[in-house]
Amino acid sequence: MGMTMSQKILAFHAGLESVKAGQLIDAELDMVLGNDITSPVAVKAFEGAGFPCVKCPERVSLVMDHFTPNKDIKAAQQVKTVREFARAYGVENFFDVGQMGIEHALLPEKGLVGAGDLVIGADSHTCTYGALGAFSTGVGSTDMAAGMMSNRCWFKVPAAIRFVLKNRPAKYICGKDIILHIIGLIGVDGALYKSMEFTGDGVQYLSIDDRFTICNMAIEAGAKNGIFPVDDVTREYLNGRFTRPVRVFEADEDAEYERTIEVDLSKLKPTVAFPHLPENTRTREAWGEVKIDQVVIGSCTNGHISDLRIAAEILRGRHVAKGVRTIVIPATNEIWKQAMHEGLFDVFIDAGAVVSTPTCGPCLGGHMGILAAGERAVATTNRNFVGRMGHVDSEVYLASPYVAAASAVLGRLASPEELQ
Amino acid sequence: MQVKGTVFRYKSDVDTDVIIPARYLNTTSEAELASHCMEDIDKEFVKKVKKGDIIVAEDNFGCGSSREHAPIAIKASGISLVIANSFARIFYRNSINIGLPILECPEAVKNIKAGDTVSCDLAKGEIVNETTGQKFQAEPFPPFIQNIIDRGGLLNSIKNS
Repeated sequence: MGMTMSQKILAFHAGLESVKAGQLIDAELDMVLGNDITSPVAVKAFEGAGFPCVKCPERVSLVMDHFTPNKDIKAAQQVKTVREFARAYGVENFFDVGQMGIEHALLPEKGLVGAGDLVIGADSHTCTYGALGAFSTGVGSTDMAAGMMSNRCWFKVPAAIRFVLKNRPAKYICGKDIILHIIGLIGVDGALYKSMEFTGDGVQYLSIDDRFTICNMAIEAGAKNGIFPVDDVTREYLNGRFTRPVRVFEADEDAEYERTIEVDLSKLKPTVAFPHLPENTRTREAWGEVKIDQVVIGSCTNGHISDLRIAAEILRGRHVAKGVRTIVIPATNEIWKQAMHEGLFDVFIDAGAVVSTPTCGPCLGGHMGILAAGERAVATTNRNFVGRMGHVDSEVYLASPYVAAASAVLGRLASPEELQ
Repeated sequence: MQVKGTVFRYKSDVDTDVIIPARYLNTTSEAELASHCMEDIDKEFVKKVKKGDIIVAEDNFGCGSSREHAPIAIKASGISLVIANSFARIFYRNSINIGLPILECPEAVKNIKAGDTVSCDLAKGEIVNETTGQKFQAEPFPPFIQNIIDRGGLLNSIKNS
């Protein structure tokens, strides 16, 4: 029996000819990631265990992004703990204010992760790098501490679901609609413990940013990882960023998949996940009239340059509705600068929006846009759990940047077609 | 090890944001995390929970964020065991790694109510609903994972190997 793309990457890093679903393996890591929330717990565990050194400091990245620029004294103390750890153990890839961005946009941009890599990160959205053809998965702080100490991690080899993406996406359809559609189809535990492998002729029409968005939300279906094949789009992105050799793995023809699901991208409609689970997806006809108080365009899911271009395309020459606080958050400094040079900030500011420093901020109810009781936000973020963006009685509607920007203009949940 | 306690009962897809909201993640203090455990889904939890008590939930317990603060908060609140139909994978790893006992047992989930007294022999996976007298057998862990549990968590297991 052949192997899936994910299984091949795991086998390679475990030094094995082949692996099969359910097998427990020990494998060498290319990158171990932590952020300002999970790293302090890992540092405590690492130092508590008395580990003498970080095995491969160049294979550790510490990104201060969730509560930074530090939102309060406790957050500042936590970052200080991590900063001192990085200095003491020689971790050069420590990214604080000025160099930092949202981790899952920053690591690919800096060339720290790439095709064929095996990556763990103490952040559930670490699955994002599957867009580059890497096996990449979220873990907790103790796994991160063990990874820093040994540069290894244990894995249970996952079974897989294959998603065959067909045809060119319909107008106004981007990565976010595709992954929300899929989560709506299979549910928040529809891919529990499994790989989500994306393939099909539709892949060629998806930008690297679309692929980041799709893999980013694999965890919202419970998946261990999401992964795309390596093609010209991947190579073009990696070129000039990723300096290690590109390792291309392909699924065998006879690889075993538990399920194969076909998605015709040309038939998709703008899709929104209603509160309080990402699987509560609805298309326009079922939205009804949802008045909103805030729009957030950003996050590791949709804070890339193409997302900001989409938002600007909708907001150009228009103004956000009175009373809708519209917050745009470029995911990294490089994206921030690019957006500034392209004049996107003029568009946002003229439209009555505000542009923030890179931060995870409001996505997890941290800072920079918290909701009060009874308030509703349309957000390009990834979770709409109870209390996710603030008060337990607030609501988050997950959407694409097209829908988020159109909603900002109309003051209610709206599709971009409604603006014409 | 034998554990025994009163059951707190929850439904499917209990996410780590309700187990410990992000607004409290600016600390690594176990006691402080425990004082906000389950706050956004069950305000009574921290007032009522006693050492040894047990959480029983349905599918996909612990979904969402990778925050280890979630199993840490549950463990520090005094909970001795979480029984569910299934666990989200990062929560599953984190619980094993930090030594929060978890068991998958759909039969037990079906037959245990909030407020029941439940006991369990963790090593054998034998669950008893003391209130009704019913007994259930949980899925055993693979030997590799049982080994991590037996050695007191991942870091101890690595140190001693």
